[in-house]
Amino acid sequence: MARDSDARRAAGKDADAPSVDRTDAACSGGDDFDTVGGRIDADTHIDTATGDSSHTAPSLERLPRHPVGTVRTIASGLIPLGLVVVLVAYVFGPGADMLDVGVPLPEITIERVDFVDSEIRAVVRNTGPIPVSVVMADINDRIHPAAVEPDGHLQRYETALVRIPFDWNEAEPYVIGMTLGDGTRFEREVEAAAPALEPSAGVVGFFAVIGAYVGVIPVLIGMLWLPFIRRMGRSVYVFFLAVTVGLLFFLALDSIEEAVSVSQESLAGSFNGLMLLATSVVLSFLGLYYVGERLACGGTGSGSSTTITRKGRGGMSGIARPIAISLMISIGIGLHNFGEGLAIGAAVGLGSVAFSTFLIVGFAIHNVTEGVAIAAPLSRVVVRIWRLALFGAIAGVPAIFGGWVGVLAYSPFTSVIFLGVGAGAIFQVMLVLVRWITQGGDDTDATTATTTVDNNVDSQGASLSKDSGKTRSSSTGVSGAPFVSGLAVGMLVMYVTSILV
Amino acid sequence: MMAYHNRTVVMAVSAASMAAVLLAISAMFGSVTDAQKIPNTFVTHTGSVITTTGQVLDPIYEVSTVEFDPDFYLRNFEYGDISKDEQGRTVREYVIIARDDLVQEISPGVFYNVWTFNGTVPGPTIRATEGDVVRIKFINNGTKPHTIHFHGIHPAEMDGVFEPVGQNGGVFVYEFEAGPVGVHPYHCHVMPLEEHIIHGLYGVFIVDPKDGREPADEMVMVLNGFDTDFDAENNFYAANSVPFYYMHHPIQINSGDLIRVYVVNMVEFDPINNFHLHGNLYYYYPTGTDTVPSFYTDMVTLSQTERGIMEFVFDHTGRFLFHAHKVEFSEKGWVGMFLVRNGNSTDALTTAYPEDYNETENMYNVYPELFGQSENKISNKPPPEEAVTANG
Repeated sequence: MARDSDARRAAGKDADAPSVDRTDAACSGGDDFDTVGGRIDADTHIDTATGDSSHTAPSLERLPRHPVGTVRTIASGLIPLGLVVVLVAYVFGPGADMLDVGVPLPEITIERVDFVDSEIRAVVRNTGPIPVSVVMADINDRIHPAAVEPDGHLQRYETALVRIPFDWNEAEPYVIGMTLGDGTRFEREVEAAAPALEPSAGVVGFFAVIGAYVGVIPVLIGMLWLPFIRRMGRSVYVFFLAVTVGLLFFLALDSIEEAVSVSQESLAGSFNGLMLLATSVVLSFLGLYYVGERLACGGTGSGSSTTITRKGRGGMSGIARPIAISLMISIGIGLHNFGEGLAIGAAVGLGSVAFSTFLIVGFAIHNVTEGVAIAAPLSRVVVRIWRLALFGAIAGVPAIFGGWVGVLAYSPFTSVIFLGVGAGAIFQVMLVLVRWITQGGDDTDATTATTTVDNNVDSQGASLSKDSGKTRSSSTGVSGAPFVSGLAVGMLVMYVTSILV
Repeated sequence: MMAYHNRTVVMAVSAASMAAVLLAISAMFGSVTDAQKIPNTFVTHTGSVITTTGQVLDPIYEVSTVEFDPDFYLRNFEYGDISKDEQGRTVREYVIIARDDLVQEISPGVFYNVWTFNGTVPGPTIRATEGDVVRIKFINNGTKPHTIHFHGIHPAEMDGVFEPVGQNGGVFVYEFEAGPVGVHPYHCHVMPLEEHIIHGLYGVFIVDPKDGREPADEMVMVLNGFDTDFDAENNFYAANSVPFYYMHHPIQINSGDLIRVYVVNMVEFDPINNFHLHGNLYYYYPTGTDTVPSFYTDMVTLSQTERGIMEFVFDHTGRFLFHAHKVEFSEKGWVGMFLVRNGNSTDALTTAYPEDYNETENMYNVYPELFGQSENKISNKPPPEEAVTANG
């Protein structure tokens, strides 16, 4: 990084308008600052840091790097780590009696209950802080002989399969209980007993059909609105994009709500379900954000090539960005639909709901709207039909896989993760879409790019984009009627169709 | 350069943490091994046979023993150290020691902190004749105050309510004249009362009439329960503490013999308990205070500490259940079985309690005729006939 450029940037920064103006510019739409996103943000951040340091403590700006520096770096990284190891070892070692306060309570979680021929099978996991012994099983609080495989002694997080011979009745509720060696009892209720689906070609085929009906076909149908959206003017286009944002926002909240209920009902407290969800959401968001930025910027290289990025954006985004955005939406919805498939598969597999045609139809109608979300950004570009089909498949097919996983290998832990990943993906897509609308989307894009070619004169760029955005910000920006009404309609449509589920 | 370096470090750290998370998750979910084991087989209620490579959890049919021996308790009566006082009355002296620190297996694999009189739940069955002097030296080796409160007729200061006996060695001597005739409970009466009772501080006190009762095969059954998870509901019910015990250790009696059962209901939390006998009816003497039975029935209902004497004779041989007809209780352990042998044949039991019984490993081997279809499934050992006729 040349010192010249740093100085120039610092100067530019100093000469820059206050950050309020910058935000204002971003709000008014069409600002380059928003478009290139992460990288510019990052660079600006670095600039700020160096600029500040040059004012206050110039001596800290460049530390001399010796050959031994690498060794020191490694050592300085490892020493605190070593101390952490010592800290932990102390508690487990001679200082163990320091923690002899309080009573550790045993805890197990019955993660899964299957009803097979004349037998009820339960997967039990030790989710407490101490080893436990499962010594007795009961059904509806009545003691029954049982077998536990491989054995009832469970270390932390170890699982066992408890088999209880029992002639259960279909559709009746059952409470499965387990008693530990200290007499504490844990239970899990199953709302309606239904025969467990064994892995078979029939089940796999069945869920392929269900997944296609619920995921793939509705999404493809939704995408058929593409020609319609194409014929509409810009404000209708923005309206549809905003509807998409509303739909996605609803889907994200829906996923989170589902994940919260799964973590509360089935996930042991030790897995810290809510934070697992939050972590999944954030990691998924960040991962897709990073990938999405690469994708949208045409894969241009590292931080030194800001100008290339800008050129790339100006040059190719007219075609690449809508498709990239659409692809990102497909991926986000695909991740969400995986979670949806998981929910359907699990519901059937666990027998917790009656497998009603209504549920399936509801999901299908609900998912048609997802096709609109994918199609809307593509309405101003020429797209090949196979690409549309591909996007539809990316969004819809995961529902099939989700169904398979849900019915055959359900685990509340992975379920929460997948639902969180789906929500994070959707938040990322929403961000992309809002930016897309803010910067004017399609036809004005080239103009915007030319007005803000030189980012160094930020204030000028901001004012220019403010000017150029004036005409549309009143009608088609995020504060315009099309966007606001679209968002509202999106949420309402999702709510109404979700009642069907 | 600096940026490049930092990025490498960040990437390495991210990769390492990802790997750690993946390892942790795979360790979490890969813990079920498929180690080869010799399959076990067990038979269920309905006779279906389950084969498993795992561990069998079967408190109902699997022969198992715990520290407390309900067979011994069933027919054990403590008459005390007998002497005469200056008035010529029989004096029966006992020592009863209370503890509250024992952890005992109350059902196979289930351990519970029992509070005990003389180390067991129920405590010893104290038996005296009406008019005898009962003198009980009570030592409290527990960590809380305890007492013994006898149901019956006695002076106020012998009631075991207002004279708490201090922990760690407190002593009190209870002395009173045995009466009235009948079967009575005794229990600790320190507050909180429920806590002291449900942990096991209770037992049976029998007062015989002066001219005795008709000779019979006599036994004591305390109907009790354990709330092992402290949710104010019993997790286990039993006759004589161990759930299902008399299912895999049937009580052996002879046809034609008079059987007399002293029944005391000590179940807490549930307002009622009851006693149903299969294949027969019994004469019932509430509280045992009268010599004329009040009922001829196969079902009596018992509230807390309600008790009585049941007398019956079996004409038929075979297996006969007895259990709570509150089926929840019986499915949580309060169910047992009489095995009635032919009183006229040579294999009739001269004493109904065979000493070698507990040495047998499996009731399917002892009573192959009861589980005829199962012997070839359960064991390859020939049924040891001598176990059945050992006392004949």
